[in-house]
Amino acid sequence: MQLVMMEAHIARKLHEQMLRIRMVEEKICELYSEQEMRCPVHLCVGQEAIPVGVCAHLAPKDYVLSGHRSHGHYLAKGGDLKAMMAEIYGKVTGCCMGKGGSMHLIDLAAGFLAATPIVGSTVPIGVGAALASVMRREDRVTVVFFGDAAVEEGVLCESINFAVLKRLPVVFVCENNAYSVNSPLSVRQPQEREIYEIALGHGMESLQADGNDVIAVYGLAGKAIDKARRGNGPTFLEFKTYRWLEHCGPNDDCHLECRSETELYKWKERCPVRMLEGRLLSEGVATPEGMRLVAANIATEMEEAVRFAKASAFPDPDLLLKHIYAP
Amino acid sequence: MARLSMVEAINAALREKMAADDRVVILGEDVGVDGGVFRATVGLLDQFGPWRVIDTPLAENCIVGSAVGMAISGLRPVAEIQFEGFMFKGFDHIYSHASRMLRRSQGVYNVPLVVRAPYGAGVRALEHHSDAPEALFCHVPGLKVVIPSTPYDAKGLLISSIEDPDPVIFLEPKRLYRLFKEEVPDGEYRVPLGEARIVREGNDLSIITYGGMVSVCERAAQHLSEEGVDVEIVDLRTVWPFDAEAITSSVSKTGRATIVHEAPRSFGVGAEIAATIAERCLLSLLAPIKRVTGYDVIPPLAKLEEYNYPTADRVIRAVHETMQF
Repeated sequence: MQLVMMEAHIARKLHEQMLRIRMVEEKICELYSEQEMRCPVHLCVGQEAIPVGVCAHLAPKDYVLSGHRSHGHYLAKGGDLKAMMAEIYGKVTGCCMGKGGSMHLIDLAAGFLAATPIVGSTVPIGVGAALASVMRREDRVTVVFFGDAAVEEGVLCESINFAVLKRLPVVFVCENNAYSVNSPLSVRQPQEREIYEIALGHGMESLQADGNDVIAVYGLAGKAIDKARRGNGPTFLEFKTYRWLEHCGPNDDCHLECRSETELYKWKERCPVRMLEGRLLSEGVATPEGMRLVAANIATEMEEAVRFAKASAFPDPDLLLKHIYAP
Repeated sequence: MARLSMVEAINAALREKMAADDRVVILGEDVGVDGGVFRATVGLLDQFGPWRVIDTPLAENCIVGSAVGMAISGLRPVAEIQFEGFMFKGFDHIYSHASRMLRRSQGVYNVPLVVRAPYGAGVRALEHHSDAPEALFCHVPGLKVVIPSTPYDAKGLLISSIEDPDPVIFLEPKRLYRLFKEEVPDGEYRVPLGEARIVREGNDLSIITYGGMVSVCERAAQHLSEEGVDVEIVDLRTVWPFDAEAITSSVSKTGRATIVHEAPRSFGVGAEIAATIAERCLLSLLAPIKRVTGYDVIPPLAKLEEYNYPTADRVIRAVHETMQF
């Protein structure tokens, strides 16, 4: 899609959202060595275009579910940044009261229904939520984000089959970042078969695009979400992208020799944030001054969130025994 | 009031709750067109239609997973798993999500989910069609586990389970589905979760049991009473969280305890009951606690099942040994 096809304020919004996710993840990297965040973090640096391009079409009433690498989805869906930061610090003001950490973000007001690290397991939950929406005649689309390894879990096929059968308003979004922990796709899946073809085999419309091109993501996601909203059933979208940092943690992992620095460098050349910035500037949709202002505003918001998280209290011991059964 | 078998009482509970509350939805394999392999859902598709009685693909992980999604989105799903031994393909969602959503959401989400399954031995099947896996579910914080022993209790407990805000694993002893009928009231009534039933009162020894073993223990108690041994039977009904007060007050009164379940012995529900007795009323005991259980084996085919399944004779022997201690 050409930027000229799109309203300027939308393009600028996509940029702002991607930059915000990038800056938050980089802030976590910067602070992680302080050893105050005692929580595993799976960061999404390099993959920002997908949550942003997809969630730009969603309203708060729509549902999003995610997996362990969920910061981008949570933020793009409108999840509260302060509550996320506090959660990563394990504080009682966190979105899970300091009990769930980075891998269990939740924000019901924003429609961020659930995230959990059991790979693929939020997929049927999203399907069930969509089924409930249909039964309750609620105008709601459910989007489930997962990675390339989730398609290796049996439940993904079970869920796709069920969603097609019941023609549910779900969009399945596969972020194919080419690695599961440190195992490349080549040792896990047949190379002659593309991931999106799995959904085709179930009779589901399934499409593929460059996951580092936010405009492409935005275009494809818009069609799929609109289709679901009209009651025309589910769609599977595969977006190819790349994880810049290690599977879990704030560092680079090239020293493990599971992937090459050349490969990482090649993908960094295709940075989703910089790519859009280049287009915004060259097509006259944004100015360098405007972008600096956006970054400065995000930095302020982020500093506040970190201050809030650090200043918040840890949960009291009695919280340990709460929320096992309903009161 | 009508005389109903347990499976008819379960059908009545589902029918009445579905009629009263349009959030109640049934899903599972063969539950609709077929009416369920044990006929528990027969007639419900005709009455409530395919959006409320959902024939699912053969995919237990997806059945339980989507039921969790439905439960946190305003419905009250009742998922049927065809046999207890098939539950483990859906165990991921029971263990990883159904039991944990309340905690993850700071108490905002309830998971008003019931997972029903035919349970235990007695239909001459084996392995996955005769398992007694209740202890595995009891060990998961956040789950409730219910096993009825009569048609009356089955209906009242199922209605309570559907109305309960927490996920309930509802295990239905297959051997009791059609073993006997009893008077079951029309309309909704509730047997509260977490409350045991004193099946018969006695002063000499407490048998603590549940599910398909209750009628076995009643036969044993009848025989023992003819010998002059006065046995009290406590039917837990809710296996977890169980009614510790009922156990404690019975054992404090009788001073002797025999625990009976068909599930394997080691790390079974009986171990937790024995620990509870030891913690709460050890000094009332006149003899060691005994357990009469299935052996630590995989449920075998028909003939060997007779040796594995606790019988009235085995219960009587255990009571004799306890009384003679």
